[in-house]
Amino acid sequence: MIETDILIIGAGPCGLFTVFEAGLLKLHCHLIDSLPQPGGQLSEIYPKKPIYDIPGFPIVMAGDLVKNLMQQAEPFKPGFTLGERAEKIEKMDDGRWKLTTNKGTEHAAPIIAIAAGLGCFEPRKPEILHLLNFEDKGVDYIIKDPEKYRNMNVVISGGGDSALDWAIFLADVAKSVTLVHRRMHFRGHLDSVHKVNDLAAIGKIKLVLNAEVTELNGADKLESLEITDFKDEHKSIQEVDYFIPLFGLSPKLGPLKHWNLNLHKESIAVDPKDYSTNMPGIYAIGDINDYPGKLRLILCGFHEATLMVQSAYKHINPDKNLVLKYTTVSGVTAF
Amino acid sequence: MEALITLNITDLNGVKHKVETPVDMGLNLMEAIRLHEIPIKALCGGMALCASCHVILDSHHQLPEMSESEEAMLDDAFLLDIPNSRLSCQLKLTPDLDGLEVRLGESTGN
Repeated sequence: MIETDILIIGAGPCGLFTVFEAGLLKLHCHLIDSLPQPGGQLSEIYPKKPIYDIPGFPIVMAGDLVKNLMQQAEPFKPGFTLGERAEKIEKMDDGRWKLTTNKGTEHAAPIIAIAAGLGCFEPRKPEILHLLNFEDKGVDYIIKDPEKYRNMNVVISGGGDSALDWAIFLADVAKSVTLVHRRMHFRGHLDSVHKVNDLAAIGKIKLVLNAEVTELNGADKLESLEITDFKDEHKSIQEVDYFIPLFGLSPKLGPLKHWNLNLHKESIAVDPKDYSTNMPGIYAIGDINDYPGKLRLILCGFHEATLMVQSAYKHINPDKNLVLKYTTVSGVTAF
Repeated sequence: MEALITLNITDLNGVKHKVETPVDMGLNLMEAIRLHEIPIKALCGGMALCASCHVILDSHHQLPEMSESEEAMLDDAFLLDIPNSRLSCQLKLTPDLDGLEVRLGESTGN
């Protein structure tokens, strides 16, 4: 069991800055994120996009902001559980919260800070007959270990960069790679498009364009799939070990919808005084919360994180007084 | 230049809303829909990364061409094949959109 003072759900900018502000109050933090790297949207969606409204930075690339926030948090040695989704919470006998991820990793803390932004990014699933029956039985939405596909017959579906990149990569690993795309042209990087076409020309990738996978079949695991050609509705059956649909990620509020938190549309309702939720010891900060006048800005999330840790400190230490110290005066004392 | 344009928005319940919206505030269509409190999920807040502000154009207005990211998102969300589909967050309001008619797509609900 991982134990800490503040368990932060979401390792985006708001969650990362919480580590710093909590550290100044000598509170330890551990972050959980469903993505494999810290930074949230900034790393996953727009690392190369400029942000203009971070105070003191006339312009900063999203990826650089994450790098800086990691550096700022570093003295306070945050822990990370990455690539796992916060699934379930329960109150423990000692009053702390226990949080279990979808992979079964257990965490305990008196405080949970939900800084989950838009929620967790989940793979978009195409409407294909029997698709859900074969999840983890031949259907993968995310490629974690390419070795899994060595000497296997793989069908990839999609037309964006991830479909192209994986088709290129797996061409050297798998026994066969078929790339199915609903249109005649790909919209990935030109480089990747050329490479896929070159590999198709020498028979290392089989391209099926203007077509769609329409049905999956098999006994205990995926064995074959049906591909329908859009032009003449012709259906062909192909034997396959793995089917990998790659249609991007879509944000979902996810399991925390069922944690008995007061919700307002897709957001968590909080008290604007300290961003506490209706559950004692659980706070929500950043894009995921809602209160009158809420603005979904990174800079507002930083402010919320700062006020939240003050309240969290008092929740953990009801008898202690907290004196605000300026970093300019007292510096940063690392853990 | 007219300061206000009229938009005709059909919500998911089939209710038609005729609303007047300023064009000098740099609003996009999604923001205008929100401004008039017509329910629209628009989860990501305007970054073309969730497709939950999908609208279908019903009038004959000439809309600006889609950016690559808008097209990619509509394609990934399996909406590009629905004719006249757009992401409302990517449509900046301009005077020539006066009288625009759009329907909210299914993905704008829950």
